[in-house]
Amino acid sequence: MNSVIFSLWLREIKKYFRSRARILGMLGQPILFLITMNYGFGSMFSAAGGGNYIDFLAPGIVAMSILFTSVFSGMAVITDRQFGFLKESLVSPVDRLQIFIGRTLGGATIATLQGIFVLVITIFMGIHIADWFMIPAAIGFMFLISLLFTALGTAIASKLEDMQAFQLIVNFLVMPLFFMSNAMFSTAGFPEPLFTIAKYNPLSFGVDGIRSALTGMSQHAMFTDLWVLIVVTVILMIIGSKLFSDIQV
Amino acid sequence: MTWTYVAESSPNDIISVKDLTKSFKDLKAVDNISFSVKKGEIFAFLGPNGAGKSTTIKMLTTILHPTSGEIILNGFNTVKNPKDVRKSFGIIFQDHSLDEDLTAYENMQLHGVFYNVPEDVAKERIQKLLEVTELWDRKDDFVKNFSGGMKRRLEIARGLLHHPKIFFLDEPTVGLDPQTRNHIWDYIKELNKTENITIFFTTHYMDEAARYATRIAVIDHGKIITEGTAQHLLDKTGKTNLEDAFISLTGHSLRVDEASSVDKLRNARKRMVGMR
Repeated sequence: MNSVIFSLWLREIKKYFRSRARILGMLGQPILFLITMNYGFGSMFSAAGGGNYIDFLAPGIVAMSILFTSVFSGMAVITDRQFGFLKESLVSPVDRLQIFIGRTLGGATIATLQGIFVLVITIFMGIHIADWFMIPAAIGFMFLISLLFTALGTAIASKLEDMQAFQLIVNFLVMPLFFMSNAMFSTAGFPEPLFTIAKYNPLSFGVDGIRSALTGMSQHAMFTDLWVLIVVTVILMIIGSKLFSDIQV
Repeated sequence: MTWTYVAESSPNDIISVKDLTKSFKDLKAVDNISFSVKKGEIFAFLGPNGAGKSTTIKMLTTILHPTSGEIILNGFNTVKNPKDVRKSFGIIFQDHSLDEDLTAYENMQLHGVFYNVPEDVAKERIQKLLEVTELWDRKDDFVKNFSGGMKRRLEIARGLLHHPKIFFLDEPTVGLDPQTRNHIWDYIKELNKTENITIFFTTHYMDEAARYATRIAVIDHGKIITEGTAQHLLDKTGKTNLEDAFISLTGHSLRVDEASSVDKLRNARKRMVGMR
């Protein structure tokens, strides 16, 4: 592996494991969702004939934790700009594409790890895994959406000078991506245009992929999920690398 | 393409700037300046806040594109051959540029990777540079636990790891005590002498310019107003010290240096967290 990409990947991993507060902080939200949603809606869900709610919910919450972790990892470009490290990497003779790839792979690896932690928690909470041999496929989907949303976060952060727009991004991009998806509930009852938005939301494909790998429940064939995610990820990687390469500091 | 310019300018010039202009919307930050720096010089680039110093340094170091004009650095054009230019210089930025969540050693290592220094060579140089800057026994400490002076020394060590031909220092000693300033300058002078590294620096401390620079250029309102040795500036203005000469050249009025949003953020953070 290219040493620049590897070193920047390693940098993200080191920083992640050195910040226990960050690991715990990012685990808090999914645990809260898992517990409250499961107790709050679980009985209704089964009464309506949906089966075991945790089976449906858990993949969605795994995807949610990945969504948040990866968008924020991508947006670390802003803190690196603030602390000056971005300048150090941008005045060096390294190709910016390599810097982008290293950072994005690092961020995506962290998000996937975080997703795996959440997955382990859901197993303790009683999710019924249909086929344990499909776990690697689920992790594959988790890594794909990690890449996708890290690239998205990096693309956005490349256009921002500071954290002022952060709340805007959270409330008008990350939250809608999460709520307008099939992560917590079936979107069948959504009216138009909400239904269409949720249907084409890449997170929905990611949740569907993870859900079908873990529990066998799904909306699309697994390969449909896979192809859609690959195409969207490649597009976002291209846009992200372009915007990142154009940064002037 | 760069060949014609190398032929035009003196072969001793390691930096040659021709008709350089940078405009932002309605402001000409740098207004048609030309100057050159000879190999081995210690060149001071002085000017009040907002005069165009940092903008010029950003263009010299390829992170900002000129509106017009041309810069040849170590024989390479900054716009056409940015990669070769980037290999030629080391830089200490005005504000910190270390990764504070990494150790001193890791910051050095990463720099070695960025500049493609072979691992064994990097290992040797890192030890030597950290010893010289008296940071070797703290090499495995996180940078966030370092004092301002230590961070500066680490940045200097890092900037030299790839053996640059030119060393840019943008207000390198701001906020440091006289001991640390002296220590850092002794080291820079030593480097200049032994390795023949060209030094290009900006500062607001006039005594620093008077003491260390072999040549000084003063920039104001985007134009270079004068250029020469410290003695030349004193003679020209009829003053006895460089601070008075500087003020007589650039006037008494205070300058507005608009804070970038990053600065604003940093200040806000300072207020909230009470650190850095």
